[in-house]
Amino acid sequence: MQTVMISPAELDALIEKWQTYYAVYVPALAKPAAATTDWAPGWRRFVEGEPLILPVGPTPASVKTFYFPQPETLLSFSLEENHPDKGAMREPVKSQGMQVVLGVRPCDAASVLLNQLPFIEDPLYMANCQRTALVGFTCTSRLSTCFCTEMGGSPLHSAGLDLALSSLEDGFILEVLSEKGEILVAGCNLVPASASDMAGLTARRQGAAPGDSVQLQLLRSCALNRLYEAPMWQALGEACINCGACTFICPTCFCFDIQDEVVQGQGRRIRYWDSCMFPLYSQHTSGHNPRGKKLQRTRNRFLHKLKYFPDRFGPFSCVGCGRCIGDCPVNIDIREVLSDLVRCTELE
Amino acid sequence: MATINDKITDAIRAQARKLLETGEVAALIGYAAGSLPMTVKPLVVRRPEECDRLVWNTFCVLNLATYLPEVLSSVEIPRDLRDPKPEEPQAKVAILATGCWSRNIVVQIQEKRVARERVVVVGVGSRGMVSRAKVKALFPGQEILTVEEGDHDLVVQGLDFTETINRWSVVRDNCQTCAHPDPVLVDIRIGEPVSERKNPHPYKQVELIEQRSVDERWAWFTAEFATCIRCYACRNVCPLCYCPTCFVDDAKPQWLGKSLDAVDTGLFHILRAHHCAGRCTDCGACESVCPMGINMRMLTKKLNKDVLELFGIEAGMEPEAPLQLTMYPSASPEFIVTDLAPVPVPSRKPFESAGIPSAEGDTSCKP
Repeated sequence: MQTVMISPAELDALIEKWQTYYAVYVPALAKPAAATTDWAPGWRRFVEGEPLILPVGPTPASVKTFYFPQPETLLSFSLEENHPDKGAMREPVKSQGMQVVLGVRPCDAASVLLNQLPFIEDPLYMANCQRTALVGFTCTSRLSTCFCTEMGGSPLHSAGLDLALSSLEDGFILEVLSEKGEILVAGCNLVPASASDMAGLTARRQGAAPGDSVQLQLLRSCALNRLYEAPMWQALGEACINCGACTFICPTCFCFDIQDEVVQGQGRRIRYWDSCMFPLYSQHTSGHNPRGKKLQRTRNRFLHKLKYFPDRFGPFSCVGCGRCIGDCPVNIDIREVLSDLVRCTELE
Repeated sequence: MATINDKITDAIRAQARKLLETGEVAALIGYAAGSLPMTVKPLVVRRPEECDRLVWNTFCVLNLATYLPEVLSSVEIPRDLRDPKPEEPQAKVAILATGCWSRNIVVQIQEKRVARERVVVVGVGSRGMVSRAKVKALFPGQEILTVEEGDHDLVVQGLDFTETINRWSVVRDNCQTCAHPDPVLVDIRIGEPVSERKNPHPYKQVELIEQRSVDERWAWFTAEFATCIRCYACRNVCPLCYCPTCFVDDAKPQWLGKSLDAVDTGLFHILRAHHCAGRCTDCGACESVCPMGINMRMLTKKLNKDVLELFGIEAGMEPEAPLQLTMYPSASPEFIVTDLAPVPVPSRKPFESAGIPSAEGDTSCKP
């Protein structure tokens, strides 16, 4: 894999070239027309000639919508008599073309790798991984809500990206990190990065990969029951309004439900986003709800990210993008939840 | 120098401590400071020593009435569904309330969600709450690190800038057009009463949309709601939305689909707005909390305008009045049965209909 230099003008030309072959998406910073969102709220199709403006910090919406679309058709069927599909479930014809997502930050790139852990055997999710290329920019500044380093990430990481751009004074260092990345830059006559520039990037990255912090290690070693019964959940559950904002904007929340939709005899089985904040999420057919209280649902979301997921898969299921902190209607701050939990591991 | 809101904060803390120490209430619903600039956290205090966490500032955009029924039931002695109601009076809950929040408490009383005698309304006149989105929009591409609040200005500070902006210029649209900033129901008053505001064009934003052609209105609607992610923050933050099972969650029949299909999303917003007709106080919580910045408030505002024009009603203005849209006085305009000649709209002044109509032949029913 190569590391090259690219000027802003060359990058613009490259993006316009991609646009002729692939579906290219950029963050929507204003309200886009309905026609250009392709049901990926917070993103829009790239329009030729428009400058690419990136927000400071993560994009308004996470990249999960490209891997885990809301909704995804799993199967199609027909209820009409004499229809050839009557009584048969057909796999839908999926788009095979590459989609290029531009402007991704390291936190979101890390989220794609994390989500692959539970979805590794899911053919639809993995097919979306196959056809999605992430073109990311390492961060030059961070928002006050950014806490990737506290979650073991780094604003300069490139893991999960296909192409990673890091700004220099007069352009970017472009790291080609995958086969998809190779395809995207194929045929471009770009100058390899100088040894000093590459050394500079490596130096910047050093010390920027802390791994598990002391806080996270404490959580890891703490017994689940202790965290589960922490008194802090009471006040948190009381303030939480149990909307799904945090779960839907979160890059690593991936819960879904499945149902059949039938319109005029033609049906499809869809997988759509669900949220553990909603009472319906855990409701049994009998009517019993094992998470019937607000407190229980709020607690589940945080313990899933900070305890259940790491116990099951290893890493913590939070990349520290801070979106939930900024958008929570009642200012529930996961950093405060984390430190409150750590405090209760320390109390005897 | 202490600002108006600093003084209100001190008064709220003192009052809350007194109420809890004397045992007059078991809990008080207020706000604590948030972790980010321009945010606050809803807080329920139950012990006098917690009262110093309470704050009052210009960013209190949620409607605390949303929490009231739940906090009331949290201070009751637990009992089973078929157990008799205790005879002794139940513990009370105090709640901070501005004009619109107090009107929502009135609606909750009218709808029998809340027993009047168990609520202590700590009234605070609202000077208008600031929209975080409006402030952010003034500084595109820059992060706001602190916002200092004065009585008439906000000092906004970022990494490499400090700017003073006029507070009223970034007050939320619903507060700017609000006519009733002072609580309509007050047990304990904090600070000075705020006078009613005369606004010659309270529905101007709605009228601007109404004046457009059908196609233009449809374009507005589809673009406005295109980014909805159906997180239901607007519904959950609303004190009017308390159905045990919301129509969006009904399975048999399933009223609307679960995906981001524009028809489903549009239907959710239109139906939710209609469920709030005659009850909405334009508190603006729905718009304030939307993570995608959708202005769904325009739908409820439009219905508020219709309800005012058709029935002369503004929600929650009179605690003693029955719930107005559950009455069927014979003079009501019949806009549902359409095969009759249109009934002329009675020219009533607002709130005149609030009392129980006395004319014979009226078939009004109390809720």
